Amino acid sequence: MSVVFEKTKGLTDKEFHYCPGCTHGIIHRLVGEVLEEMDLLDDAIGVAPVGCAVLAYDYFNCDMHEAAHGRAPAVATGVKRVLPEKTVFAYQGDGDLASIGTAEIVHAAHRGEMITVIFVNNAIYGMTGGQMAPTTMIGQKTTTSPFGRNAEQTGSPIRIAEMLATIDGAGFIERVSVHNPVHIRKTKKAIRTAFECQQNRKGFSMVEVLSTCPTNWGMSPIASLGWLAENMIPYYPLGNFRNPDKEA
Amino acid sequence: MEKVLMKGNEALCAAAIRGGCRYFFGYPITPQNEIPEYMSRELPKAGGVFLQAESEVAAINMVYGAAGAGGRVMTSSSSPGIALKQEGISYICGAELPCVIVNISRGGPGLGGIQPSQADYFQSTRGGGNGDYRLLVLAPANIQEAVDLMTEAFDIADYYRMPVMILGDGMIGQMMEPVVFKTPAARELPEKEWATTGTGGARTPNIINSLRLDPAELEKLNLHLQEKYERVRANEVRYEMHQTDEAELVFVAYGTSARIVKNAVAVMRRQGVKAGLIRPISLWPFPERAFDELPGSVRALMSVELSQGQMIDDVKISARGRWPVGFYGRSGGMIFTQQEIVEAGEKMLREVSHVSGV
Repeated sequence: MSVVFEKTKGLTDKEFHYCPGCTHGIIHRLVGEVLEEMDLLDDAIGVAPVGCAVLAYDYFNCDMHEAAHGRAPAVATGVKRVLPEKTVFAYQGDGDLASIGTAEIVHAAHRGEMITVIFVNNAIYGMTGGQMAPTTMIGQKTTTSPFGRNAEQTGSPIRIAEMLATIDGAGFIERVSVHNPVHIRKTKKAIRTAFECQQNRKGFSMVEVLSTCPTNWGMSPIASLGWLAENMIPYYPLGNFRNPDKEA
Repeated sequence: MEKVLMKGNEALCAAAIRGGCRYFFGYPITPQNEIPEYMSRELPKAGGVFLQAESEVAAINMVYGAAGAGGRVMTSSSSPGIALKQEGISYICGAELPCVIVNISRGGPGLGGIQPSQADYFQSTRGGGNGDYRLLVLAPANIQEAVDLMTEAFDIADYYRMPVMILGDGMIGQMMEPVVFKTPAARELPEKEWATTGTGGARTPNIINSLRLDPAELEKLNLHLQEKYERVRANEVRYEMHQTDEAELVFVAYGTSARIVKNAVAVMRRQGVKAGLIRPISLWPFPERAFDELPGSVRALMSVELSQGQMIDDVKISARGRWPVGFYGRSGGMIFTQQEIVEAGEKMLREVSHVSGV
């Protein structure tokens, strides 16, 4: 019998703690596959966030360093400056990166830090029980915006990819989504290009992945995928915002 | 070895590089700016990396990453900046990583001022971060001692896998004194087998982490840390006993305060008042045993600090009710004269005599 699909060596055998239907699992797998296919697992150091992916250090099959909330890009900077030849990546959610960690992500990009950041944007705080994030959509109900997010009170959702793309130190910035197989394949390609950007020392690289949170959105996994496509993609347009091969 | 005249902040840097420091992450703040400035100039020459972070918060987290990757790393700051680093310090302690933190402290609270102060005793020895952790805190009283402690600090940190803090006040940082760079006795240091350097395909992945969701596991980590801190208490206490023989009044002072107190002790001894000094060099672990060495002639202790009284808590704990404990301090960057201390000491002795009816 021929093997047509195998679990990537980029992930350990540890069972994920993620909720049913959550797309973190897909994104973990894509990162693991890219690291394996690029033969980087033995050389990689990953930095895990605080948030739903806090236990990512148990899942990625490479050296891992757990960071404080929002500080993953600073921790990754410390690792990379000691080990400039190694592959260093951070995996962060939207509370971690787009709220408490904005200074660290902006300045990692600003320094052109040769690290790769996987930014999972699901428009909500998942781990703490569904509070409003800076990325929460207008009108979206969360446990801290029970009447729906109101722009007058809390501003409009922050577009991180566009913001970081204004920074010269950023080599590769792309927004992708994992709501269907076509986009999952595009996401994998973007993750690979981001790691290539790091390998080729073309600057900071980040992939923003639009993701779902069925548990805290209060929807079925399938309805969540539809909600992402209908509500998030129009506001958070997919595409490349910075590419080392196409000088901005 | 050659004697050189150096400013405290720069001497600390030269000692750090001699002690093996190769990575520095920091953020500008007065009165420690000569440290990042010197490091930005000199560390690259030693094959190291200097990086000015976007904030103290980022700097300490870069230290956390660099230490996890096996680097010999330090940061420096001054009081409000050290306050910002407390989160990272707690993580570094929880993950058991070695690093060196220099605090050239200034007056507080809040933005405070930029003049010398010792109001960071609590922040240094009690910790501003969360959880049951300790820093090994060393407080030099002159630049030679600062250099000696700094040179050894990286070895101590590696040996115990914990941060070492060098606590100097603004005077230590800013004044110039002659120093000789010596090579400390080498410690046998364990290999950093825990470091996240990439597996190289030769081992299972390493994880640097302070999270233990299972309460039993978190308690185990805490008990392990306490066992380590007991070893530090047993082996790393440092202090100086100065003219405590036959003393009636013993001052307790650290850092540059202790220098002024030494002058006050000399004046009092000349006037026939038997004064002495205990000078803690390690603030944590605090030299409790120094108090057990005091002679029976002692009638009172007095903690002298450039603060409103912080170390006095440890002095009282160490005195265990055996002697009354007085206090004299100035704060905000105001510095006492030896005469103020002489007068405070004499007043305390008079009060003690009055109470005891002598």
